[in-house]
Amino acid sequence: MPIASRLALALLLPALLVNLAVFLVPMGNLALLSFQQASAGGALLGGFTFATWAKMFGDVFYAELVLDSVTIALSITALTLLCAYPIALFIYRTPERWKNLLIVACVSPLLVSAVVRTYGWMVILGDGGLVASILRGLGMVKPPRMVFNTTGVVIGLVEILMPYMILALIAGFGRLNASLEEAAASLGARPFTVFRRIVVPLTLPGIMLGCLLAFVLAVSSFITPKLLGGGRVFLLATEIYDQAIVTLNWPVAAALSLVVLVIFGIALLLYGRLSRAIA
Amino acid sequence: MGKALFHVLVAAMLVFLLAPVLLVIPMSFSADKVLAWPPSGFSLKWYAAMLEERGLAEAARNSLVLALVVTTATLAIAMPAALAIDRWRFAGRDAILALLTAPLLLPTIVLALALLIIFVGAGLLGTWPGLVLAHMLVTLPYGVRVLSTSLSTLPASVEEAAASLGAPPSSVFRRVTLPLMVPGLVATCAIVFLVSFDEVVISLFIVGPQLVTLPVALFRYVESRTDPLVAAVSTLLVVFTLAIVLILDRAVGLRRAVGK
Repeated sequence: MPIASRLALALLLPALLVNLAVFLVPMGNLALLSFQQASAGGALLGGFTFATWAKMFGDVFYAELVLDSVTIALSITALTLLCAYPIALFIYRTPERWKNLLIVACVSPLLVSAVVRTYGWMVILGDGGLVASILRGLGMVKPPRMVFNTTGVVIGLVEILMPYMILALIAGFGRLNASLEEAAASLGARPFTVFRRIVVPLTLPGIMLGCLLAFVLAVSSFITPKLLGGGRVFLLATEIYDQAIVTLNWPVAAALSLVVLVIFGIALLLYGRLSRAIA
Repeated sequence: MGKALFHVLVAAMLVFLLAPVLLVIPMSFSADKVLAWPPSGFSLKWYAAMLEERGLAEAARNSLVLALVVTTATLAIAMPAALAIDRWRFAGRDAILALLTAPLLLPTIVLALALLIIFVGAGLLGTWPGLVLAHMLVTLPYGVRVLSTSLSTLPASVEEAAASLGAPPSSVFRRVTLPLMVPGLVATCAIVFLVSFDEVVISLFIVGPQLVTLPVALFRYVESRTDPLVAAVSTLLVVFTLAIVLILDRAVGLRRAVGK
């Protein structure tokens, strides 16, 4: 081994050791754990068994949990795209001077903790909140409940994921070209036709990247579903927390974690396939 | 006409995006006992109440100390690693960079559970070393990534000039490389500090009854009670974060700092 390589390895060693201790070993252990047996009190009994997986496959609750999580994450992704797309398009077309300021404004919520932003949504959506008082002012006697249910979780997460989506969209808008839009318009295409036939196809790479990002973040999100769901919305991440901290059923928590990772893998695979298809 | 409609839509979406953060600030001056908008009056009572909450003050101090320790430790470990990754071509270099940044690709809830299970066995739950290690799981990838990006943008010619004039490698690093890296270092410190100070999911799994961080304390408070007290804390946090970002911008310029 040449001197340079040995020096490089020495410089890398501390980082690799930390990575081993807090990443590789814990993740490996987690993967194995779903195949171990646990006593009712939570103690691990060792051995190798498919009991946890068999129990989960036999229990309709878990099938519904996975289905609900994926469905809610997909709706959140679609809504985030709808809300973020106009902003991204506007920013992309803004002159350079204002562009940076707008991007900073859109990304600034990322600097505020998810707990604080979720709390902000309680202020807005809560029973005595902004939206409810506006609805009452408009004459509605009993405004619909918007917190501690799926509606609140979806609204909160869409807002929380918007900065990611905006960044991904702008990054993927490189193919957009004003002269193509002008050409279509001068040939008689109406604005909406130009948007549908020119703008959307050219921005597809950004759309897909943003959707991938929003989906994986939504399907594994924890803080917002836990707080805005008020314990009534059951998603994969909240269930992992409950199984690990409340029920102390680690094999089930570990198995659910692997399910989340599999969903991540499927999303990545689909993204790769679709990217190649449109390239 | 269509253009005006588009602008209204953009404005509405921007309001939607910024509303929760912006609304928290006036809420913190509410005189009410519960979360209600509009407040019946304005006062500073929730700022006073915040100071009375012993648990919150202690959690804030813990978070501050933790973020400082994590930043120092991350820098000490990420700097040599970034140097190795940027300066030496060795077999498996890309694989090592991928491994070191991999934790950022995985959901924090899964990482948190994996750490919890290992920490229980190692007796690290609810301890300072445990929290520092747990935070480094997410700060180290940022540190390695930002520092190696910042190193790769340095002009190699300056270092070569110093070396060709007879400076030994250690002097080149200390007198040339390090001063050139100051913007990257400041940016790394700020990012790592904020990531650690804001970390909540992993902390929730790792903290113990004696050792709680501010985000965890806030999470638990919001989970059990909804009153304007958290708005007061949130407002201070927003101001605090803004101050760090402004200092960063003043010191090195934001675009330069994040390596562009």
